[in-house]
Amino acid sequence: MAKAAFDTPRIPDFPEIPVVVEGAMGHSRPFAAAPEHQEALGFPGRLVEDWHDRAIARMGELLGRSRGLRVFLDSCVKCGACTDKCHYFLGTGDPKNMPVARQDLLRKVYRRHFTLAGKLFPKLVGAADLTEEVLEDWYRYFHQCSQCRRCSVFCPYGIDTAEVSMAGREILASVGLGQKYSNEIIGKVHKIGNNLGLPQPALADTLEGLGEDVEEETGVPVRFPLDEEGAEVLLVTPSADFFAEPHVDGLIGYAKVFHQAGIRWTLSTRASEAANFGLFIGSYENMRKVALRVREAALELGVKRLVFGECGHAWRVAYSFLDTLAGPFDFLDPRYPVPQHVVEVTHDLIRRGALTLDRSANDERRVTFHDSCNVARASRMGDVPGGQFTLPRDVLRAVCNHFFDMAPDTIGEGTFCCGGGGGLLTDDLVELRVKGALPRMQAFREVVERHRVTHIAAICAICKSQFAKVLPYYGFEMDQILSVHQLVGDAIVLGRND
Amino acid sequence: MPILTVAFALAFYAATAILVAGLAYKIAQYARTPALLKIPTTPAPLTRAGVAARIAREVVLFESLFKAAKWTWLFGWTFHAALLVVLVGHLRYFTEPVWAPAGLVQGIAPYAGLAMIAGLAGLWARRFLVDRVRYISAPSDHLMLALLVAIGGSGVAMRFAAPTDVVALKAFVLGLLYFDWQPIPSDAVLLLHLGLVVALMAVFPFSKLLHAPGLFFSPTRNQADDPRERRHVVARTP
Ligand code: HEM
Ligand code: SF4
Ligand code: SF4
Repeated sequence: MAKAAFDTPRIPDFPEIPVVVEGAMGHSRPFAAAPEHQEALGFPGRLVEDWHDRAIARMGELLGRSRGLRVFLDSCVKCGACTDKCHYFLGTGDPKNMPVARQDLLRKVYRRHFTLAGKLFPKLVGAADLTEEVLEDWYRYFHQCSQCRRCSVFCPYGIDTAEVSMAGREILASVGLGQKYSNEIIGKVHKIGNNLGLPQPALADTLEGLGEDVEEETGVPVRFPLDEEGAEVLLVTPSADFFAEPHVDGLIGYAKVFHQAGIRWTLSTRASEAANFGLFIGSYENMRKVALRVREAALELGVKRLVFGECGHAWRVAYSFLDTLAGPFDFLDPRYPVPQHVVEVTHDLIRRGALTLDRSANDERRVTFHDSCNVARASRMGDVPGGQFTLPRDVLRAVCNHFFDMAPDTIGEGTFCCGGGGGLLTDDLVELRVKGALPRMQAFREVVERHRVTHIAAICAICKSQFAKVLPYYGFEMDQILSVHQLVGDAIVLGRND
Repeated sequence: MPILTVAFALAFYAATAILVAGLAYKIAQYARTPALLKIPTTPAPLTRAGVAARIAREVVLFESLFKAAKWTWLFGWTFHAALLVVLVGHLRYFTEPVWAPAGLVQGIAPYAGLAMIAGLAGLWARRFLVDRVRYISAPSDHLMLALLVAIGGSGVAMRFAAPTDVVALKAFVLGLLYFDWQPIPSDAVLLLHLGLVVALMAVFPFSKLLHAPGLFFSPTRNQADDPRERRHVVARTP
């Protein structure tokens, strides 16, 4: 692997809070979206002439339709409680990566234009005009936030920097300064149905190949149905699951679960993507448009249940927003929650004894679990708060004998981001991704040393890709990241159930 | 009527009007602005009652802050709890006969004043000593602490060093309430104290003190985690 021109942080013996180094990540800037990728999403192709006025106007519109943004911009007391909670600050020391300072980039312009104090005494209250320099700061530092919401757990008012960076990105895109990675991908979903731009024939081909592979390996004809009308379950999963390691092993795991449970399921071309990057760019309209594809697919195929595969932000959009954006889903079977997470499905089957599992199949693996931010802090599984933490762990303990958690303040609601969420999973941000992974790598190294852990399991396509990329920078192997359903799939005893 | 009394009386009416109208405006604005999506920070309570309890824990215990930063919590909580005691104690100037709780805290109120100053001092020290907090502090953050320390300091000074004529003060305050103005005692420390309180009331709705109403409207804290059980739609969902 070609190492980039930066130093991978040294993992200290104990977690450390870095000293502030102004401008440490000032050079980090993702590629800007090309005009065609902007326009496909309804944004101007390039920076508009009157960007200043349009940015302020757009900010006004967002303030008028987001109570959260309003309250967050007004309420911060600069107590500093969030300053050491962001993995990007911990990994870079750049003060603008402290959540409050990131918010202040937007807040100072908000104060200048929308508050009396900022209009009268800008210097006194830290208000500032939207200069070209500030716009650049927005572009750079709103793309150094993975929208993981860790800061919002610790803020006394729950101020969620993710909401602020989403608003910031939406304003930027609406004046012509969008991010290439996210916008290009959203365009593909609008046009073709998935992030990869994989058309139906290619998808059908891939799935057929997968079925053959599994049958060859196990002797059991496990199916990977596509666009099958009348199936009971529509599975919507991140398109990474269709081909890349370790994602695809997760898809095989889901297929084995459905097979053993005798559930008729299908994938859909129209909704061949669980991811919804509309969230990342803060665009309600784009997020809604992507979400509607799921509704259309469910209606088209006449399914009874909606199940989502392993993807963190996708589960947030599905669990928290789907009904709002694309509901009501009253045409689905009311006996099941809409939507369900595949972990919920598997968990329920295990609890009911519907799967025969052989834990020893995973005996050569010693596993820890990475709570993905959006699952941990923006959604739930099961019917009690915190089910998003217990259900995946219950499943892991049911399928492997050696499970160990990382340090308590780095999992659960305090989980550290993998470093690649929120639309930052792109090579033009690799330095940021590597440095932002430091806190997670530190916690991982600790269980490696203490418990000889060999693998991290995750339920998020972005986390999996990110870990595969950054683990080697810290002296680990890229294949130490696994899908939870790969472990499930390997432990399932295929064949007749009693 | 002495000019001083007139000036202070008018200032108090004006400050009260600004405080009440300003807060009412902000609260109405928060209440009217739609929360399009469900964004509670999870794990979150599943019911409205659970949400009420969550907010109550934030208001009374500063639960999230406690998770985040123990020293800040200690100083911040001490300051606010002491401020509450002091404010309750002050109601003895506004009520005749004295409202029972105000009488009850009378004995400890001066010490609460000291605790309040200590808490503020701790919070202020962080703004100088911790590089991260120094970076995020604007002049207004220092000024707000200075204002509160000055209010607390002048108050405590009157209790321990330069007593004022509380009987006359109470007459002045009740006079304000019943529009029957009485002369204000004219010692410097009291006038300073009252002048600063007027300033605090007037800046409240324009400053970060909006965190007090803000907390109740923060969607990450005040929404229940029930999007699968209850379809969340607001009238203005685009
Ligand atoms: C619902 C009522 C309130 C709640 C729940 C609340 C909560 C908090 C919390 C959690 C903090 C952060 C920790 C800290 O710095 O102390 C804070 C800061 C602060 N609060 Fe409040 N507060 C309330 C009302 C008030 C009122 C009425 C005032 C003023 C007169 C006030 C003045 C301040 C100040 C000045 C700070 C910033 C301290 C600093 O600069 O470090 N608060 N508040
Ligand atoms: S949401 Fe996450 S990435 Fe963004 S500022 Fe907060 S902690 Fe940092
Ligand atoms: S924890 Fe909240 S109130 Fe405190 S500085 Fe951070 S964003 Fe502001």
